[in-house]
Amino acid sequence: MHPSLTNAERQIGLGLAVGLALLGLAMAAMARDGAMAVHGAIALALGLGLVFRLGGALYDAAPAGPDRAARYDDAPTRFGITMTLAWAMIGMGAGIWVAALLYWPEGTPPWPATSFGRLRPVHTTGIIFGFGGNALIATSFWVLQRTARARLADAISPWVVLIGYNLFCTWAVTGYLMGSTQSKEYAEAEWYADLWLVVVWVIYFALYLRTLARRAEPHIYVANWYYMAFILVVAMLHIVNNIALPVSLAGAKSYTVWAGVQDAMIQWWYGHNAVAFFLTAGFLGMLYYFLPVRSGRPIWSYRLSILSFWGIVFFYIWVGSHHLHYTALPYWVQTLGMTFSVMLLVPSWASAGNAIATLNGAWGRVRDDATLRFMFVAAVFYGLSTFEGSFLAIRPVNSLSHYTDWTVGHVHSGTLGWVAMIIFGAIYTIVPQLAGREAMAWPKAVEWHFWLAVLGTLVYVIAMWNAGITQGLMWRTYDANGALSYSFLQSVQAMAPYYLLRTIGGLMFLTGAAICALNCRATLRAATARDLRNDRPLAAQPAE
Amino acid sequence: MVLRLHYNLEKLSMGLVGAIILAASVGGIVEIAPLFTIDETVEIPADLRVLTPLELAGREIYMREGCYACHSQMVRSLADEIDRYGPYSLASESAYDHPMLWGSKRTGPDLARVGGKYSDPWQVAHLIDPRAVVPASIMPAYPWLMRPLDTAGLPGALATLARLGLPYDAAMIAGAKADALAQSRPDGPGIQGFQDRHGDRPALRAFDGDPGRLTEMDALVAYLQSLGTQTAAASALLEEARHEP
Repeated sequence: MHPSLTNAERQIGLGLAVGLALLGLAMAAMARDGAMAVHGAIALALGLGLVFRLGGALYDAAPAGPDRAARYDDAPTRFGITMTLAWAMIGMGAGIWVAALLYWPEGTPPWPATSFGRLRPVHTTGIIFGFGGNALIATSFWVLQRTARARLADAISPWVVLIGYNLFCTWAVTGYLMGSTQSKEYAEAEWYADLWLVVVWVIYFALYLRTLARRAEPHIYVANWYYMAFILVVAMLHIVNNIALPVSLAGAKSYTVWAGVQDAMIQWWYGHNAVAFFLTAGFLGMLYYFLPVRSGRPIWSYRLSILSFWGIVFFYIWVGSHHLHYTALPYWVQTLGMTFSVMLLVPSWASAGNAIATLNGAWGRVRDDATLRFMFVAAVFYGLSTFEGSFLAIRPVNSLSHYTDWTVGHVHSGTLGWVAMIIFGAIYTIVPQLAGREAMAWPKAVEWHFWLAVLGTLVYVIAMWNAGITQGLMWRTYDANGALSYSFLQSVQAMAPYYLLRTIGGLMFLTGAAICALNCRATLRAATARDLRNDRPLAAQPAE
Repeated sequence: MVLRLHYNLEKLSMGLVGAIILAASVGGIVEIAPLFTIDETVEIPADLRVLTPLELAGREIYMREGCYACHSQMVRSLADEIDRYGPYSLASESAYDHPMLWGSKRTGPDLARVGGKYSDPWQVAHLIDPRAVVPASIMPAYPWLMRPLDTAGLPGALATLARLGLPYDAAMIAGAKADALAQSRPDGPGIQGFQDRHGDRPALRAFDGDPGRLTEMDALVAYLQSLGTQTAAASALLEEARHEP
């Protein structure tokens, strides 16, 4: 971190690190025990670590120097990609372990922290926020600078954002292991972690706008619209869904202010739009930059990108209620959710089609370049998953699919097939550039990763389709006497082969991701002095 | 012309920010705001009771262990669900639930109507080792639930929920710790006080089989046995619907 900072910035950083350590100390001292005390200790340790790191380098030469305004600030992106891959290992590892426990429940160790119910949110948070979130932040800095042709507005904010964000993720997953949870799906972190994330997010958005204000291009490129929608709407969802009353300021426990049916609606308004604005909008931003860059083709249609952007922003927010078909939610809200879910197919397929049509004239590259193939497969899975999503939102279809593993299969066709694939495509584009190289250190390993990822996704998703449809049919089958044909337990027993298969699919996917992590490490270690001629801000701005 | 407008909008970062906030707010406002006209959305039945302190402690354990990841608490209004689980769930049944635990996945069965379906000893044996009772079960074992229940946080929890509008009165808050103990000791001295504060509907039993110890198992089983019993409104409504021509 410190080589990218001037001596004056290191002093500011040192001050912030002391502040973090004091905050951690205050939390630990107030709470005394429980999750909040442990989290205070984690913040204290992180703060002290940063104090030593920055304090030790306070008077070192600052190679950043006065001419750094003529270069992009890519050190935060490099750190963000490292954290992306680290969280991939944690999140996917936890996912495979809990998947295995469904096939082999005796394998649960007798400790509370390793039980399925506590590890499952470690998997979801680790993947969505750890893996996905770090990738979004890291690539957004990269894309923002290059599409604005300007350096990030200041050198400290990106580090505050990334370190603060990873502290949030760490608080969240360690909290679950200790049994501290709000039990709102995909928003399980407790109140102080939620507040902390709001602070980080405000700094992130301010940095985004300040950098845009310095842009040397008159137009804001489409990728940035998506990144901005991601940051803004996630803030709105996060704040509203997480409003809670702590039992005491000295403890982790809180109660959400929402109850019953209102809570359910707000939860799934949040939950589905976490899919929309975290797992879709941000990643479409990634797609809109890296796909044209890697294929060397401009985006096929500018009009289509406008249509799909506003369609996604406007339609998505309505669809959360399709998670609540046939429940106690008022019928008209369910109907609205279903209707908008079906309409959403138009902007979704406009995006997917625009991406695939962009590859016209570059199909030879898709064949030869595994990195571009990752992005192509991502666009295809995006199209397939959004079609499946609209289909599952239709009320009678949902009566069969809801509560079954079909939903799990749908989610993973989106997260493995679309989100993870586009992340890997972006990583394989950025990492060689960070290392000043033409290609990754082990180009063959990218091919291996690609096929492991595609096969793993297909095995997983097909297993879960079968599982879900089987469950749904078994639950609703009546015999000739008008009695239910199957006990619930029989439907559980029928799942065994599918649960085994999905574990194997996940394992293949994780193996590919591990190869990616090792390949990135080897590439960054084999860095060369970098040629900056074609990749720098348009006008050197005065140092901030 | 629209394209021209957008062409200019792309040059204004704050213009994009405003347009995104506007476009992304409409759906949420239209769908969520009307739900807070609570009288029309949720009719609170006269017989709806709040959870006792022991049951609330059990609900905390249910959330702590992530039970909601595999068990829903929402019977949908579909014939097979009514036949399998019981009357479909009403919004009023979770009106006091902060947060709701409707769930999204049934790796295990729905629990909205599980109260009274199995005996206490069955629940205890099943939680300690599910496969001892149901050989094909894939539920994790929870042997650590036999540890003592920490009741220190209960008065604060009740007070917080009271501030959010739940009908916990000052006596219930002050007596929360004693009432948690009393509910698991059917022959103990605290019964009178417990019934003064919580009425005679909550079950009074040594849920874990041992009246001498107050364990997390007592709390969780008390909670599970309370599910679906806080009001009779759902079964009454279904009965009524069945008798209509």
